[in-house]
Amino acid sequence: MNRYFWILGGFAALVALLAVGLNLNPRDVPSPLVGKPAPAFALNVLAKPETTLAPKDMQGKVWLLNVWASWCVSCRQEHPILVEFSKKTDVPLIGLNYKEVRGDGGFDMGKMPADEEKRLAFQRANKWLADHGDPYTLTVMDLDGRVGIDYGVYGVPETYVIDKAGIIRMKHTGPITPDVLGKKIMPLLAELGK
Amino acid sequence: MSAVLRRWAQCCAVVCLAIFGQFSGVTGADAASIATEAALAADPVAEKRLLALSEELRCLVCQNQNIADSNAELAQDLRREIRGMIATGKSDKEIIDFMVARYGDFVLYRPPVQGNTLLLWGGPLVLMVLGLFLLVRYLRQRTRRVVETERPLSADDARRAEALLNESDSK
Repeated sequence: MNRYFWILGGFAALVALLAVGLNLNPRDVPSPLVGKPAPAFALNVLAKPETTLAPKDMQGKVWLLNVWASWCVSCRQEHPILVEFSKKTDVPLIGLNYKEVRGDGGFDMGKMPADEEKRLAFQRANKWLADHGDPYTLTVMDLDGRVGIDYGVYGVPETYVIDKAGIIRMKHTGPITPDVLGKKIMPLLAELGK
Repeated sequence: MSAVLRRWAQCCAVVCLAIFGQFSGVTGADAASIATEAALAADPVAEKRLLALSEELRCLVCQNQNIADSNAELAQDLRREIRGMIATGKSDKEIIDFMVARYGDFVLYRPPVQGNTLLLWGGPLVLMVLGLFLLVRYLRQRTRRVVETERPLSADDARRAEALLNESDSK
């Protein structure tokens, strides 16, 4: 009797441990950037390639930085939510287009000259936004993904909430769902906007 | 019960999704960039350092590979970054710190010993000590029982046993 109790108890403990452990999302890696200043960059703006945008230009505003690319399948999933979001609020939503051409995997980058990559990236990004709607205040182009590395991007789409002082307050990896938007992002924006 | 089953099915689905990388947009190898990498790998000393460093760093996309083994795009990009940092004379520690600042402790294949990893590092030791303790206790109890059963019968018990045996014999 006593022995069965121990075996059953041990088994129950194992099941409980696995139930908790397997329900965790292994992709949800906490970002060390939360609470730190948004890394600086100066990237070309999609709509006006001759101009650049830097995070310090957004100083004094609460804003969202959303990492996307036309080859990113999950971005399609969250896109309508972003379009809806941009209609409802006036919070600036900056798009960071991540490795538009290189990330695609369908191009031989060894043979593509830099200016050709740039032309193609702008063309593809513009077409995608024309096809699916453009929720972004503006989009900047990270052609080689270096800015992505500074932001710790590892799975597009990713979204950052940045406060008035330029501090990253939240990072969401993966597509934004209505749930994440309503329960996490909107309340945080409301709090930061005060 | 069905709720529990559904939960488990969900877990499995999540695990499968993670395995097939559906969740993430950054997947896939690119033969062309591997070739360019090979061309860049001219300096054998730097290359050795790059290999040692990238074996210590986890690829965030395919999480059970290090960035030396992984051909995911991100791993290639990170190898390129490391190569660049080696070329500019950065120390190994500076390079590791660069990665941790961006991707967190998760990027380290060898997690640091600190508050939230105590269980991870100490757990096996605690389990071993606990196991040894239980084993010793069990063996001692067992020895005691063996000694007890092998002890000769007391005079009283011997007489009773004999009486019982005689009783069954007579029937």
